[in-house]
Amino acid sequence: MPDQAPEALKKSGALSETETLKKEAIPTAAAPATVVEAGPAPGRPRSLWSDAWHELRRRPTFLIAATIILVLFVMAAFPGWFTSVSPREADLTTNYLKEPQLTHFFSPEWLGYNQQGQSIWARMVHGTRASIIIGVAVTAIVLVFGGLVGMLAGYFGGWIDAILSRIVDVFLGIPFLLGTMVILVSFDTRTEWTVIMALAFLGWTTIARVMRGSVISVKQADYVAAARSLGAGTWRIMLRHILPNALAPVIVVAMVALGGYITAEAVLSFLGIGLTEPAISWGGDINRAQDRIRVAEHILLYPSILLSITILSFLMLGDAVRDALDPKLR
Amino acid sequence: MADRGEPILQVRNLVKHFPLTQGILFKRQVGAVKAVDDVSFELYQGETLGIVGESGCGKSTVAKLLMRLEQPTAGQILYKGEDIARLSGRALKAVRRNIQMVFQDPYTSLNPRMTVGDIIGEPFDIHPEVAPKGDRRRKVRELLDVVGLNPEYINRYPHQFSGGQRQRIGIARGLALNPEIIVCDEPVSALDVSVQAQVINLMERLQDEFELSYLFIAHDLSIVRHISDRVAVMYLGKLAEVGTDAQIYDHPTHPYTQALLSAVPQPDPAARATRERIILTGDVPSPANPPSGCRFRTRCWKAQDKCAKEVPLLAVPERYRDSDSGARHASACHFAEEKDIVHA
Amino acid sequence: MPIDMDKTDVTEADTPGVPLLEVRDLHVEFRTREGAAKAVNGVSYTVDAGETLAVLGESGSGKSVTAQTIMGILDTPPGRITGGEILFRGEDMLTMSEERRRTIRGDKIAMIFQDALSALNPVLSVGYQLGEMFRVHRGMSRKDAKAKAVELMDRVRIPAAKERVNDFPHQFSGGMRQRIMIAMALALEPDVIIADEPTTALDVTVQAQVMDLLAELQRDFTMGLILITHDLGVVADVADKIAVMYAGRIVESAPVEELYKRPAHPYTKGLLDSIPRLDHKGKELYAIKGLPPSLMAIPGGCAFNPRCARARDICRTEVPPLADVTEPDGTPIGGRSSACHFWKETIHG
Repeated sequence: MPDQAPEALKKSGALSETETLKKEAIPTAAAPATVVEAGPAPGRPRSLWSDAWHELRRRPTFLIAATIILVLFVMAAFPGWFTSVSPREADLTTNYLKEPQLTHFFSPEWLGYNQQGQSIWARMVHGTRASIIIGVAVTAIVLVFGGLVGMLAGYFGGWIDAILSRIVDVFLGIPFLLGTMVILVSFDTRTEWTVIMALAFLGWTTIARVMRGSVISVKQADYVAAARSLGAGTWRIMLRHILPNALAPVIVVAMVALGGYITAEAVLSFLGIGLTEPAISWGGDINRAQDRIRVAEHILLYPSILLSITILSFLMLGDAVRDALDPKLR
Repeated sequence: MADRGEPILQVRNLVKHFPLTQGILFKRQVGAVKAVDDVSFELYQGETLGIVGESGCGKSTVAKLLMRLEQPTAGQILYKGEDIARLSGRALKAVRRNIQMVFQDPYTSLNPRMTVGDIIGEPFDIHPEVAPKGDRRRKVRELLDVVGLNPEYINRYPHQFSGGQRQRIGIARGLALNPEIIVCDEPVSALDVSVQAQVINLMERLQDEFELSYLFIAHDLSIVRHISDRVAVMYLGKLAEVGTDAQIYDHPTHPYTQALLSAVPQPDPAARATRERIILTGDVPSPANPPSGCRFRTRCWKAQDKCAKEVPLLAVPERYRDSDSGARHASACHFAEEKDIVHA
Repeated sequence: MPIDMDKTDVTEADTPGVPLLEVRDLHVEFRTREGAAKAVNGVSYTVDAGETLAVLGESGSGKSVTAQTIMGILDTPPGRITGGEILFRGEDMLTMSEERRRTIRGDKIAMIFQDALSALNPVLSVGYQLGEMFRVHRGMSRKDAKAKAVELMDRVRIPAAKERVNDFPHQFSGGMRQRIMIAMALALEPDVIIADEPTTALDVTVQAQVMDLLAELQRDFTMGLILITHDLGVVADVADKIAVMYAGRIVESAPVEELYKRPAHPYTKGLLDSIPRLDHKGKELYAIKGLPPSLMAIPGGCAFNPRCARARDICRTEVPPLADVTEPDGTPIGGRSSACHFWKETIHG
């Protein structure tokens, strides 16, 4: 280390940017052509994730979507907090033609009753669990499996990529909803897990494709070459250098896909090949409501609204996260 | 030439062809991009060898081959007599400690999700024998200090720094393992003019301090001249001319070198009228389909039939073999002859 | 192959004393979440017919933003012109009618970009894109326009222009694409060409070809050329006068030979001194210390003061005006000015 450099450096570094400018400049005549770079990087350490989080926190779309999703999660976990009656408690004396009592918030009669005299509000609250569990579980499975396949195909390339990509192509050739229907029809009783496995079985390919593309573009970055030239092993390069940088687009796609899986479950249940009784599902309830639409539209209306809000929230969340993770799109 | 002892790095007949393929699952080769074709040179202890050439001439591929980021098609890379081109696994990892690289683009060469401390400390994670675990943090701070950055920045992320500061971080990472050779691929071309000189000075200071040998790849001829002891000129995958900096810049004998030197804009408006410039016609041919014989012949004003038939060898031209002028250095031209030009 | 350059439009002729293009006290800022980035802070320069003005500066100096403002291609928002005038033959382009502005910007001022590949449309042939200029602005038929395109390609010395007129941009090399960009800028025979780093993306030997061509065409057509660059070598080769920009301001302007011989601003002097020279071999290069300032927080007083070896108290408090530079005895030096409190000490040692 030469002469003056470190000393001057500590001085400049100790001061914040504005202070350096105001206070006495570093004595310059004594130190010609030193290599000191003045102007310290501003502020505290800020990772890209924390930058994205700061960005997100100011976005109204994110705040709205996140709040709704949070409420839905709580509803799924503790339905008892939102309604006091059991969704299966049927009382045929309560006529479904009775108008909903829209001012009686959260009471059993709030959104009216269905044909069996069950509280629609209670059924909506308890139906949340199926939707959320299926959405989250399918997304998690798809992320792990599709992510792994995409990572391997993108990282290793060559024949591994050729084989994995062809397998992905084969799966993509199967229409998603039709395919899951064919699978589910072969089961007599279908629990959440049956639906989850069916959706995940055909859903992982989207994530695999996004992950593969993302890994291929990250793989070409100089910092990966730098790690290789240091002698870093495959695992280190994959986990420390490629994965964190390739993850952003995958997370965005996964968030949007989560909404899609909830839709898929509702559609399947609506068609009668999703969850079977006694499971409670928005799609199933909507199905049972359709033949009374002329006389009691509320049976159909309120579960549908909740379903739409849920899906929309996940789409909005995905959008907001994408914008925050990728500043170029702003 | 003065006695320099044994070269620390010897490159012999290095070849890299990138195959051009067709088909998806069953690929077949339809040709090859001859990025590097039969290149030989030496690097001596403590010296700087500059490699200049235009984009696509293969100079960056040479860097990648030396770093074993690409596998050579043929040829040898001898580090202290050991052929790195054939090493793998643990032996390769051991050699990597001694040859490090500084990349061109400080914006893509640092992992944006890692802190500066993690980036500079990563070499120690990979080669734990270099620094005991408890000592690493201190070493990283020391390295930051050595490259002129505040050690307090250890927890910052790369995007919080400017281009010049990032390049310093890249240099600190290259120094971490105490290498003997640093391959610099255009280390300042992405930086602002006023910051370039700072980084060049830093690199020169570090060379003296740590007795480094540099392979300095660049297209800026005046910077190469400033930092290099010897210079190699590359054109379309082959070396055109090799010599000391004075030999190449003051006594170029290869027409391409002459054209290249004369084309460099001079920061001297007074010389505008008097300068003789050789303006080459046309563009560099594709390395997938290089001209026969001498690769420069399609743009050369001296080209004759012989140039299309015979590949000129890189050797001291016959006419200068007994002379003691600066023209006595290796040049790959059938008609090598000095030409007086204004140069960088 | 001469293109007819006779000015038929009499009203557009040069008026003595009125510069061809003049930028007066231009201010541009960018609104960002963190605050306003002051990209251009009071820039003034002029170009006359047949003259080459080089605007020299590093990234973030405001040299390109000024050019974009002249061309009307500044993105607004986030950009915002907060003051100043851009006078074309004495007429302020910032206040004139949209229609009039469009004819000037299309016909009279043209721009050449650094990256020709992204400036050309990849799905249209170069002949079509060149011809489009004539069809849209001159109302020529498709056939005539194509003939004109071939003529232009010949003019910028693209070999076998007739055969290549239907080729697409990606089929040309970098140097050839830049020639096509030049041809496009020349198509309507503008009075001013703004070239933003026209050769930076090219190789040295190709750079020389393109720069030569540009200089030759400028001479033949007696156009005003604004050359925006960071390369001191390119400037010395082609410019008549130079404006050096730093942190959104012109810090020095001078005829080219004068500036290289005796710079009157410490920043210019630092740039010139940091060029590696023969007699410096083996020694440390002169380096301007520090970094260019952030446009969000331009230092008070002279923006260069934190990096300047000459800086004193006044430099930290008072913005130095761009003042005329004179000989030690007070005789003015034509066309020279410097924005340094201590220009006398800088230029006269």
